[in-house]
Amino acid sequence: MYNILKKETIAPQVDAMIVEAPYIARHHQAGNFVVLRIDEKGERIPLTIADSDSEKGTITLLFQKIGKTTEELGTLKTGKAIRDIAGPLGHATPIMDYGYCVLVGGGIGSATLYPILKALKGKSNNVTVILGARNKELLIWGDRFKELADEVLLTTDDGSSGRKGLVTEALKEVMDKSKVEIVIAVGPIRMMQAVAELTKPYNVKTLVSLNPVMVEGTGMCGACRVNVGGKTRFACVEGPEFDAHEVDFKELANRLGFYREEEQASMEIFKKKKCKGRCKKSNKGT
Amino acid sequence: MRARDPKKRSKDFKEVALGLTEKQAVKEAKRCLQCKKPKCVEGCPVEINIPAFIGKIRDTDSPGALNVIRQYNMLPAICGRVCPQENQCQGRCILGKKKTPIAIGALERFAADYDAKNSSPEKPVQIKPNGHKVAVVGSGPAGLTVAADLAKLGYEITIFEALHEAGGVLVYGIPEFRLPKKIIQREIEYVKSLGVKIQLNWVVGRTQTVEELFEEGYKAVFIGVGAGSPKYMSIPGENLNNVYFASEFLTRVNLMKAEQFPKYDTPVKKAKRVAVIGGGNVAMDSARTALRLGAEKVYIVYRRTEAEMPARLEELEHAKEEGIDFRYLSNPKEIIGDERGYVKAMRCDKMVLCEPDASGRRKPECSGEEFILEVDQVIMAIGQTSNPILVRSIKGLNLWGAGYIEVDENGASNIPGIFAGGDISTGAATVISAMGAGKRAARAIHDYIRSSYPA
Repeated sequence: MYNILKKETIAPQVDAMIVEAPYIARHHQAGNFVVLRIDEKGERIPLTIADSDSEKGTITLLFQKIGKTTEELGTLKTGKAIRDIAGPLGHATPIMDYGYCVLVGGGIGSATLYPILKALKGKSNNVTVILGARNKELLIWGDRFKELADEVLLTTDDGSSGRKGLVTEALKEVMDKSKVEIVIAVGPIRMMQAVAELTKPYNVKTLVSLNPVMVEGTGMCGACRVNVGGKTRFACVEGPEFDAHEVDFKELANRLGFYREEEQASMEIFKKKKCKGRCKKSNKGT
Repeated sequence: MRARDPKKRSKDFKEVALGLTEKQAVKEAKRCLQCKKPKCVEGCPVEINIPAFIGKIRDTDSPGALNVIRQYNMLPAICGRVCPQENQCQGRCILGKKKTPIAIGALERFAADYDAKNSSPEKPVQIKPNGHKVAVVGSGPAGLTVAADLAKLGYEITIFEALHEAGGVLVYGIPEFRLPKKIIQREIEYVKSLGVKIQLNWVVGRTQTVEELFEEGYKAVFIGVGAGSPKYMSIPGENLNNVYFASEFLTRVNLMKAEQFPKYDTPVKKAKRVAVIGGGNVAMDSARTALRLGAEKVYIVYRRTEAEMPARLEELEHAKEEGIDFRYLSNPKEIIGDERGYVKAMRCDKMVLCEPDASGRRKPECSGEEFILEVDQVIMAIGQTSNPILVRSIKGLNLWGAGYIEVDENGASNIPGIFAGGDISTGAATVISAMGAGKRAARAIHDYIRSSYPA
């Protein structure tokens, strides 16, 4: 069992959780993820390690409540525990003295980018972070990025924070202004694909962190296979980061939608159960 | 051996083979000639004294029979069910030359099941500790064997398992209808009763390195992580929706209990017409699992003929009885998708057999003809290769082939204190050969520690 030391909601539908996992904390490197299973009947899902503290022996997980498992995870409060967590998994982000780097994050992508920023700033890099979201509330960890990054640019669809528009527009301006050595983009598939298409003509090395369906997460089942440069690669052991210009995003999106019906069915049942619990309580109250 | 009615059993996940009754077992045991130089023992990778245990069953001393087996084999209920006996003990039985060989596998299973039915759960065994710690990586057949053998000698053993459940391929790979989970549970409880600790969710190489295990005082590390990376054919359409690797398909059902979705959270796609590619046990397991999930038509597509099929005879027969449609001399060349990116058919080459290849089996070559199977799901069961996570994390470890650990006949690697056995050193093989490797490695580890750390 892995104890939840702290749980809080940091944005609409987004929770942060500090979990006791000393061995994972000790070996965590930027780019790594864990696979967790809430309980006996749970599924195994991958979550990025958003931060870690090797002295305290803790890891931080950020998750958006978009399916049954993440919703259920969100119901676990401080003091509860998660049955299984395995990690740290996946390749570490290649960190070196690049010079000028741009990190581009959409929504929950911040969770993956934060440790990368930390690691890049541990070397002599100049880093601009571009964070985008639908609105101000959905911008995640903007303050934390501002503490470490040389520059943080915010974009929102409705203009409620930063500039109104897409991250790609901000990125284009940055690239037109200065020579960028590397772009690392993490977020929804459409965003990562748009970044890849934008940076390609500029000939800027671009990495994306992919989030395919996974089952066991250690290269054993092949559920997470993605097409990179015409070759089948396993995101869990050969990724999750790949050269953005080589990724077949269409195939990835298609494979991600494969279990949509089941995900919806599972969610419906979960919501019904949750409501039932609430209804009972309110009955008692009256 | 008795088996359940194919029509009924192909609709559920309960065990197919029923085992022998005591009366049947004694009758079968009486047929044994009790050879002075038993050929069957030569055919057994762990050299069980087969005539001795059969003699005990003949004398209605089933507990005695189990005691004999357990001196050689820690997992008799499992081996009785999954060993390819026709190529091993039974295949060598002298009676088989003229008529039916002794059903050694069925008798082994009988002895183990008799004990499970008639004795109380395992009580902790008191063993005098010798003060040395050994780490075992992987809780499959090789790891469990090493752990049990060394625990009996007084070693403090911790098994590190990457998944959330112990048993390795026995739990994620082999279906319930062939090897019920409660049987594995019982065997694992036995290993634990010897004082063995099992640390789950521990990906050695990532959660902790082998170097760190040595720093924590482990005197030796045994690596039995299996060949857990699926092979693929690199044909067009392999990444379409509804194309599964057998390992994913079986893991979803066996480990994650997807057949019980939504009671369990992990789903698996149930298809109407399924093609399974391959001719081994994993192909049979996948085909029969697809059938049990409700498929109307299941093909096994294999590029050679039945004679070359590597599957156990019993699995092949059971699959046929259940109505699996075998398409021999057929080699898939393309999986065809619809406009939504889902499987709708598979294009295959018709093959002919030519001269034997390196494996000694006749090599299939294209005949020039092709055909199309209309299916909505494809499961690839064409073998596994080594998983790079752990082996590549150990600096200086000698590897061979596709990343298998190079070991001597006792399982010792080129690095002192690191041993390996099972599929990660041999390439994909059988449960029993992994156990045999585990037994040899346990002896070698014992010798290594005694000579390196004299009392």
